[in-house]
Amino acid sequence: MGSLALLLAQSDLPIDPTEVGPPVTPFVGPTIDWASIAPILILVGGALLLLVTAALSPTRSRPGMITLFTVVVAGAALTDSLKLWNDIRDDGARLVLADALSIDGFAVFFTVLICGSIILTSLFADDYLRREDLPPAELNALLLLAGAGGVIMASANDLIVLFLGLEVLSIALYVMAGFHLRREESQEAAIKYFVLGAFSSAFLLYGIALTYGATGTTNLFEIAEFLSANTLASNGLLMAGMALLLVGLGFKVAAAPFHLWTPDVYQGSPSPVTGYMASVAKAAGFAGLLRVFVSAFGIYSLDWTPAIGALATLTLLVGAFLAIVQTDVKRILAYSSIGHAGYVLVGMQAGTDDGISGALLYLFAYAFMVLGSFAVVTLVGRAGDDHHALTDYHGLGRSRPFVAFAFTVFLLAQSGMPLTSGFLAKFSVISAAVEAESYALAVLAMLAAVVAAFLYLRIIVAMYFGGDDAATATAAGGESTPIAFPFGARLGIGVALGITLFVGFLPDALVSFSRDATLLIGLG
Amino acid sequence: MPTMLLAAETSAGADAGFPLLTALIALPLLVAVLVALTPSGRTDVAKALGLFGTIATFGLSLRMLAEFETGEAGFQLVSKQPWISDLGISWHVGVDGISLWLVVLTAFLFPLSLLGASEREDVGTFTAWILLLEAAVLGVFLSLDLFLFFVFFEVVLVPMYFLIGLWGHGQRIFAATKFFLYTMSGSALMLVGMLALVFLHREATGVLTFDVTEIAAAQSLATETARWLFLAFGLSFAVKVPLFPLHTWLPDAHTEAPTAGSVILAGVLLKLGTYGFIRFGLYLFPEAADHFGPLMATLAVIGITYGAIVAAMQKDLKRLVAYSSVAHMGFIILGTFAVTTQGVEGGLLQMVNHGVSTGALFLLVGMIYQRRHTRLISELGGLQKAAPVMAAIFTVVMLSSIGLPGLNGFVGEFLVLVGSFEAFRWWTVMAASGVILAAVYLLWAYQRSFHGTPGGDNAEMADLNWREIAVLAPLLGLIVFMGVYPKPVLDRMEPSVDQLVTHVRGHAGTLDELDEAPVASPSTADDSDGAAAEGGNR
Repeated sequence: MGSLALLLAQSDLPIDPTEVGPPVTPFVGPTIDWASIAPILILVGGALLLLVTAALSPTRSRPGMITLFTVVVAGAALTDSLKLWNDIRDDGARLVLADALSIDGFAVFFTVLICGSIILTSLFADDYLRREDLPPAELNALLLLAGAGGVIMASANDLIVLFLGLEVLSIALYVMAGFHLRREESQEAAIKYFVLGAFSSAFLLYGIALTYGATGTTNLFEIAEFLSANTLASNGLLMAGMALLLVGLGFKVAAAPFHLWTPDVYQGSPSPVTGYMASVAKAAGFAGLLRVFVSAFGIYSLDWTPAIGALATLTLLVGAFLAIVQTDVKRILAYSSIGHAGYVLVGMQAGTDDGISGALLYLFAYAFMVLGSFAVVTLVGRAGDDHHALTDYHGLGRSRPFVAFAFTVFLLAQSGMPLTSGFLAKFSVISAAVEAESYALAVLAMLAAVVAAFLYLRIIVAMYFGGDDAATATAAGGESTPIAFPFGARLGIGVALGITLFVGFLPDALVSFSRDATLLIGLG
Repeated sequence: MPTMLLAAETSAGADAGFPLLTALIALPLLVAVLVALTPSGRTDVAKALGLFGTIATFGLSLRMLAEFETGEAGFQLVSKQPWISDLGISWHVGVDGISLWLVVLTAFLFPLSLLGASEREDVGTFTAWILLLEAAVLGVFLSLDLFLFFVFFEVVLVPMYFLIGLWGHGQRIFAATKFFLYTMSGSALMLVGMLALVFLHREATGVLTFDVTEIAAAQSLATETARWLFLAFGLSFAVKVPLFPLHTWLPDAHTEAPTAGSVILAGVLLKLGTYGFIRFGLYLFPEAADHFGPLMATLAVIGITYGAIVAAMQKDLKRLVAYSSVAHMGFIILGTFAVTTQGVEGGLLQMVNHGVSTGALFLLVGMIYQRRHTRLISELGGLQKAAPVMAAIFTVVMLSSIGLPGLNGFVGEFLVLVGSFEAFRWWTVMAASGVILAAVYLLWAYQRSFHGTPGGDNAEMADLNWREIAVLAPLLGLIVFMGVYPKPVLDRMEPSVDQLVTHVRGHAGTLDELDEAPVASPSTADDSDGAAAEGGNR
């Protein structure tokens, strides 16, 4: 609590709270700490600039320039958030914009993750947009906007702000899902995502309303303070609010049983966008989930951890077993992304600091594996983005050894093989679960990993062992020319591969990063 | 944290010299990367690099052998560096009498398997996977940190998966996938068990560490908990060994693997399981190991007889050798869980022996297959006439595998039987009959494929060439040397084994039994004599 007082002191409130105000107070806007919200401003500003320029320029701009611009903008936001990280470590977390945002280690952690994902997605989308002849400026602007929404969610200290962030993220994603105008599947994905997404937003909003009814505030810190100061005689309202919040956010992170949209949407969306959904949307959803339940409802953790544990169990089972029967690589990866949400939940249900930092680490590691995976899917998808069957991967090991090798590493990382970031991720969530003595769930999670490994092996088998030469020839479109491997994809896959292996060999830095991020949650 | 620092400091003192063991793991890894980076056209470069890498690693292992202090029971050449300091995980490697010979065996078998490999396709990738496998296996034998051990234990799967899947025969993809999933599900439980061990240890002592020696010394767990954890670890080792009834992956994987893969699978990979039982079963959970001893001995004896009977029924020569491994590994487990100095020593010796003789058998079967393109015993026959040198070598190797006195297999089996007799009398009787069964299936197989008048292609089969003889000669040398004079090997094992047996018996409360036991700890000099005498009786 001492640190809370310190935080309050730092947040330089415009009005002294002890003073009883006059009956009519003139509206005083909050002071704005520009430096603290700079990453969000950079992302939004970049997106707007991109849109305006694209609208004003008479001819379609060159995609390369736009990609470069996006990378620079996201890179600037990333650099700035690293600077913020140092400030926070020295001076502590801060609440800004009238306590609406909490700029702390947790927020910065996700900002770094999201900006990194934007950079990689933009690189992968570069060639995709040329190949499919789609407008580049719009997609890149949406990437930046969705990223800004994610950052807002991660730093939200108020349920309303959380909702705003979620909508900024989601609406951008709905458009991105339907971005491939000439593919029916893409349109279908957008509609499905939109209808179900809007539905889940309604759940979230209703949850916010009930929570407000139970506690009299939407501010996370004030909710926590209210709940610790008062014992609720009947907490049905609060429980219902928490449950609805869990449903709304559970939808975003694709936790079972709210996962039904995932396979269709992942399959139909343009491949680079799918990678972005799996990394950024999932990370932002979990940022919101962790922030709300840990900061605001931390004192009720005995009530929500079993619920999270049940969700985790179901999610792991669905992710592992429903994926086995799939033959479409995008669908396989969609189900596996459901499974991965289960592992993050395993970390979260521990309800401890180690559990949260394990969840953060998992999200970070997973983001880069899945981005790399979908980059390969984008390449193999070829013109038209519809070569996603397992048979389309036959012979990739021979025709594109590096791509196949990188995909193998990403898949092995997803299955949790040591010396990749995936092992460290699994290790940290499982260790949190074991530490919290949830042995059954830990064993279940490891067995689900074995089932999931079978899927990843199926893809590897297809790449290296599958198909005789005739099949390879058909897959390559009647001739044996290897698939295109443009510069952007080379760079992006190289970076993702580098991160996956580096974290696997020298995990110390990421472990400390995620632990510090957990300890630096401004409220908690 | 203070303890971490302290540990790092003390080990820094011990680690003044060249980090030999780290180099032993790093060298094949580095060469693997180099080989992977050689252009695909330069097969000769990849081959030369691979051979250089494995031979240099063998050289390093010999240097380790030279620096090893014979009388010492504890870990030697220890090197410890913090790795993930927040979690108390460190790069902690060391060698003692238990792991010493397994390391040497590994480093010895890899160059031979590369030389004996006849792969023509993608030699560069093949060599790179083999080298990566070597690094991982050495890592398993040398690591003294639970996390590090688990990392290497799991990583072993990946190169082996690709070796079987890409260069194997027939049902290779099925065999590779089965191997991968079987082993992975075993280690799934081990990871949870390992974490539970670490956190329960922290609860009891307040120190978060993955250091095997620290945890084993503290013995902070409740009896019941330790037994559960022993089972969690044991399951994954039992899959790897493999212990009946978890052995079904083995015949598939061994048969479909390429020759080099089979040699390494049988010679080295199976030892990961038995070594795991000694280092992480007996050492970490002494009381539980004693408690489950009868169960393990029962499974071992079932494995011995079942493996032998099934081997006798095989039509495929390679599958026969594969099933013989199930039987041989049973002996090792029996000796290990007898927890007597002779039993454990015999088990360790048998690990090395099995690696040498079964490795040689797989090489020979591979050479036959290369000439005749079949492994079916019914298609062979009369090879002795066409290939007398091969037949001679095959005979020696086969006899060593049967356990003929004067060859290495006998010393190990004899020690195991002596060591386990006092602990598991009737089990030992059953196991001894397994020796006879081994003679049945191997001699019968030899008779059917080498004796008789050769017909058709068998008559024209070429004998071994110089390269093949050069590959087999070192193995033959070891088979004879270790059969006649096992003292240098046993001498280096004994202090560590003694210490382990005392550790287990002390914690299981059966230390007194050991002192009263009629068979005194043998002076190893007499072993070969005693062995020969006993052999006459049998």
